[in-house]
Amino acid sequence: MSRVFGLGELFFIVAALRWTLALTLVAFLGGGVGGFIVAMMRVSRSRAVRIVAGIYITLLQGTPLLMQLFLAFYGLAVLTGLRLDAWPAVAMAFTLYAAAFLGDIWRGTIEAIPATQWEGAAALALPRWRIMRHVILPQAARIAIPPTVGFLVQLIKNTSVAAIVGFVELTRAGQLMVNVTYQPMLVYPLVAALYFVVCWPISYAASRLEAQLDRRGSRI
Amino acid sequence: MATLWMSAAAFALGMGVAIGCVLARASRFRLLRVAVRGYIEVIRNTPLLVQLFIIYFSLPQLGIRMDADTAAVLGLALNFGSYAAEILRSGIEAVPSGQIEAATALGLSKLRIFRHVVLFPAIRVSYPGLAAQFILILLGSSVVSAISAEDLTSIVNSLQSTTFRSFEFYFAATLIYLFMAVAARLLLDAVYWLGFRRGRA
Repeated sequence: MSRVFGLGELFFIVAALRWTLALTLVAFLGGGVGGFIVAMMRVSRSRAVRIVAGIYITLLQGTPLLMQLFLAFYGLAVLTGLRLDAWPAVAMAFTLYAAAFLGDIWRGTIEAIPATQWEGAAALALPRWRIMRHVILPQAARIAIPPTVGFLVQLIKNTSVAAIVGFVELTRAGQLMVNVTYQPMLVYPLVAALYFVVCWPISYAASRLEAQLDRRGSRI
Repeated sequence: MATLWMSAAAFALGMGVAIGCVLARASRFRLLRVAVRGYIEVIRNTPLLVQLFIIYFSLPQLGIRMDADTAAVLGLALNFGSYAAEILRSGIEAVPSGQIEAATALGLSKLRIFRHVVLFPAIRVSYPGLAAQFILILLGSSVVSAISAEDLTSIVNSLQSTTFRSFEFYFAATLIYLFMAVAARLLLDAVYWLGFRRGRA
């Protein structure tokens, strides 16, 4: 007996959006902190530190997110010896994933700041960390905003992969409703539309921000 | 390897889609331009996994059926196509209008101008972006196992469910993906250096 797709089913799917957003938020905030550390390591004066951060980025950007999720899921179970809930494993995997991508994006923006800025600040006898904090980072932050916002869209879309390991978010909720209503033609386009409603304004904002930055040109 | 084959097919088809999109966006028909823009925006703002679900699970309700592998390649191609179209478009915008005017002055036909003066230089400019997107598709293709298409991930899924050595198998699969991604990256870079850098000199 299949259920009819009614208001309850619709509500179930829309309500699952909050798990997609919660996961995105956790990964974005955690990944922001981690990404900052990775970016700082990538521009460090120590070669060893740069290489370690570089390997981290290559590993996470060179392997599928789905594999990272499986490894986090089963890896945590192996390490702790108990079957964990999906939520901590998924949150951890997405945080590490976001840290690698944000770290790489921010490294790029830090390196985009002309060397003369470093030299000028050094000539003023500022210590290295104060140059970073007061001269480099404020300028890098401005050019980092559009790609960071753009990555947020990728992150929201990629949380759908968590559905495969059974984490109930928007996509998984859609699957569950298809299983009981047999209405894939109704449910999946609805799920896609919900993602679109969330992602499109952010994509639009990212491209506007980028155009704004382009217009200002080199006057950073 | 099924994953490589699938990604390569998606890449080839997707490039076709992308070139079609770029042509359509330059078309005189407003409706066509709007439709292509809509396609690109929708694909770019929804997850690949949901796109695969729609192709494989939703379309049969409308009487459009295909096996999982075809659906996977189609989904990956449509996904790649929309990103590639945007990358190509920015490459085409980088072609100076003087070049097109010069080609027109030489009496070249529109098709030949597009092919020789616009498209090939644009592909050259867009190559690094397209290569990066190809790697993303190679890694992203791991989600096609969710619609039961046969790829590396699905093989590992079935292996681990018979042996229960989940961590080991996923670890091995991750290494294989990493190897493929790094190898593809090196190969694509080599092609870039041999094909484009030398050609430009």
